[in-house]
Amino acid sequence: MKFLLGLLTFIVVIIGVIGFLSLPWQGLLLLLALLGAWMWLTRPGQQSAQVTGIGVGTIGQRLGSSAVIVIGIAGVVGVLVAMLAMANGYSETLRRSGSDDTAIVMRGASASEVSSVLGHDATVVIEQAPGIAKDDAGKPLASPELVVAANLPMKGGDSENDVGSVTLRGIGDMAWKVHSNAKILAGRTFTPGLRELVVGKGAQRQYAGLDVDREVKLGNQTWKVVGVFASGDAMESELWGDADVVMSAYRPGGSSRSSVFVRLTGVDAFDAFKAALTSDPRLQVDVDTTANYFGKQGEGTSKMIRAIGFVVGAIMAIGAIFGALNTMFAAVAVRAREIATLRAIGFRGVPVVVAIMLETMLLALIGGALGGLIAWLVFNGYTASTMTAGTTGQLMFEFKVAPAVLWTGIKWALAIGFIGGLYPALRAARLPVTTALRES
Amino acid sequence: MKYLHLIWAALFRRKTRTILTLVSIIAAFLLFGLLDAVRVSFAEAGQSANGAERLQTGSKLSFIQTLPMALQARMAAIDGVKDVAFVNWFGGAYQDPHNQVFTFAVSENYLDVYPEVSVDPGQRKAYSDDLNGILAGEVLVKKYGWKIGDKIPLQSQIFPNKEGSKNWSFTLRGIMKSKDDKAFQSQMIVLHWKNFDETTPYNRGQVGWYVSRVKDVNDADRVAKAIDALSANSDHETKTQTEQAATRNWIKQLADIGLIVTSIMGAVFFTLILLTGNTMMQAVRERTSELAVLKTIGFSNGSVLGMVLAESVMLLLLGGLIGLALVSIINASLPAMSGGMITNAAVGWKSWGLGIVLALAIGIVIGALPASRAMRLNIVDALAGR
Repeated sequence: MKFLLGLLTFIVVIIGVIGFLSLPWQGLLLLLALLGAWMWLTRPGQQSAQVTGIGVGTIGQRLGSSAVIVIGIAGVVGVLVAMLAMANGYSETLRRSGSDDTAIVMRGASASEVSSVLGHDATVVIEQAPGIAKDDAGKPLASPELVVAANLPMKGGDSENDVGSVTLRGIGDMAWKVHSNAKILAGRTFTPGLRELVVGKGAQRQYAGLDVDREVKLGNQTWKVVGVFASGDAMESELWGDADVVMSAYRPGGSSRSSVFVRLTGVDAFDAFKAALTSDPRLQVDVDTTANYFGKQGEGTSKMIRAIGFVVGAIMAIGAIFGALNTMFAAVAVRAREIATLRAIGFRGVPVVVAIMLETMLLALIGGALGGLIAWLVFNGYTASTMTAGTTGQLMFEFKVAPAVLWTGIKWALAIGFIGGLYPALRAARLPVTTALRES
Repeated sequence: MKYLHLIWAALFRRKTRTILTLVSIIAAFLLFGLLDAVRVSFAEAGQSANGAERLQTGSKLSFIQTLPMALQARMAAIDGVKDVAFVNWFGGAYQDPHNQVFTFAVSENYLDVYPEVSVDPGQRKAYSDDLNGILAGEVLVKKYGWKIGDKIPLQSQIFPNKEGSKNWSFTLRGIMKSKDDKAFQSQMIVLHWKNFDETTPYNRGQVGWYVSRVKDVNDADRVAKAIDALSANSDHETKTQTEQAATRNWIKQLADIGLIVTSIMGAVFFTLILLTGNTMMQAVRERTSELAVLKTIGFSNGSVLGMVLAESVMLLLLGGLIGLALVSIINASLPAMSGGMITNAAVGWKSWGLGIVLALAIGIVIGALPASRAMRLNIVDALAGR
């Protein structure tokens, strides 16, 4: 019977915690408000507040063991937040690469730009499609681009074996108007017809020798770096050069492109643009908004990082829960007589349970905040790189400790504190007063 | 050793506390085992004996550039080269365009270069005889429930066939099995390069990369240089690496697995030390009078120190061993659970060794303070409860 009861509490607690973890912040605010009102207005509530006050006030005397809860939970939250920040930064970088009012056109059923080929005829047809915005001179804002890969030595490795793959994008002058995020930071843009490159800020950080006025070897050809650009998105990991020159280096004699980026007259112009291209018998293309295209590319990897983060976090949380249980059992045992005295002079079980739980959750909250803070200090803005599925080059991104990520960490901390405090609290409330008073 | 029962009794003096602490330790070592298995399987990727004698030759410009087919004969003529196979990326997807299946168009002698892959001789002959035949890895066959003779529709993400459609249809002729559970061929599909080259209008005798075997492993460096020298200063310069180096480079680009694993483990063990350290302090504080009694009846300072230390080491070892044992069980069922994505996650003796050393070290670290306190205990003060 006792076992069944225990099992039942356990199941209820698990369901409660899962519900709690999926709660938005408004929900928590509501819970807090209810709790506050209860403490303010009802008699058991007021008693709870008093008993909590005693418990919290004596934390100072149990600093060592209380610190275990705080630090244990800080560890869990720190790792969780760091992993989520990684996933967040990754998908953020890709999401920023796209918008709803720019579109990408590729050959049908191509998974990514590098596997797409559009002939010269096709790019000309695409540029004439309806819905494309025009520049001051009346030319459509459409940028046919060629995407290839290049091997470059990585920074901090030996140049023979530590080569990484970087995306080399061949563009025309329209590209700067379509990718309006991209701005030249240093140097100048390349001169059409020459083997000159502008390099993204991220690529410059990752690969050796990408400084302005230096020459780099791509295969057996020498290119000159003439500028650095920043765009704050995935393209910052790329090298840009003149499309025709890139073409002659990679596919001599050809004139094809990988994709066409276009700036639309507005978000609502997309449907008409897509319909016009997909129904055109001369073309066999896929049309997508760039927001959608880049979002899809990052989906798998960021899901995977998130999943790893949650699994690691969950296992660590189990450890922390038992640590918290241990500490609170000890705290309750030390204060057994005190609690029994309270109950002997008329305090009910509820205030005692609430007080112990609140105390644990307060410690957990401190731990969660501490872990989040550490993760933020160490990892916010930390740069990492990975090879994305379906692309040709490494993608540089920054860890991003967003409020939503911190919020998840805090919720986990509170959930751990809740479970860690519940059982000691129940035991304190159940212990017969006479036994507890007699215990040393 | 003769104090074992004493230590054991001290450990389980407070059952709840010990068990709760034990669960924390088990969780930590469970995580350690899982992450270390991941780290090891990445670190050892491509490090097989067969892999050491294989060289990969790709375009120096980038991995998407192709190489002329004529290179095969010239490479094979280099002294020290046993055989040369070649491969093209096909980029297949099954059923859903996003459900990627690793598919390669390979030369006829491809399987000779990978002796760790076994194919039933009858099936291999059937594959050789059928230009439209394919071989599939056993993991894929199991996952999708394919049978020999099935028509397998694959969508290439890059290459159209003669009709201009990217939907290809092949006949499954055989199953590739891995002899040592490490060959990635058990998760991929190969088709005849000839079929690929003749069907798609875009390839025209080009090769993605070459895989060659050297006669003597120690000779690999020289052979690699000789191969690259063949196309030096041409428009298709090559880069030749051992399979091991190529794999390591690839993983490095994927992510710094080592750094991620190490930093998570650092956080986990730091937390663990604090947690169990606190438990041990509590345990010793509670037993102050008992320890004083032990000393009174003649236990030396040294043996009291040893006993407390042994207690914490034992706690850690117990938790560590249970945790690692759990990992072994979980990892044994991982290949089935992940649909064959993870094949090599067994806990090796290195992980066990590292885990046990860690358990010992942490046990000593957290036991040191309470043990020295127990050692310096003044009998009179302790018995008087001061």
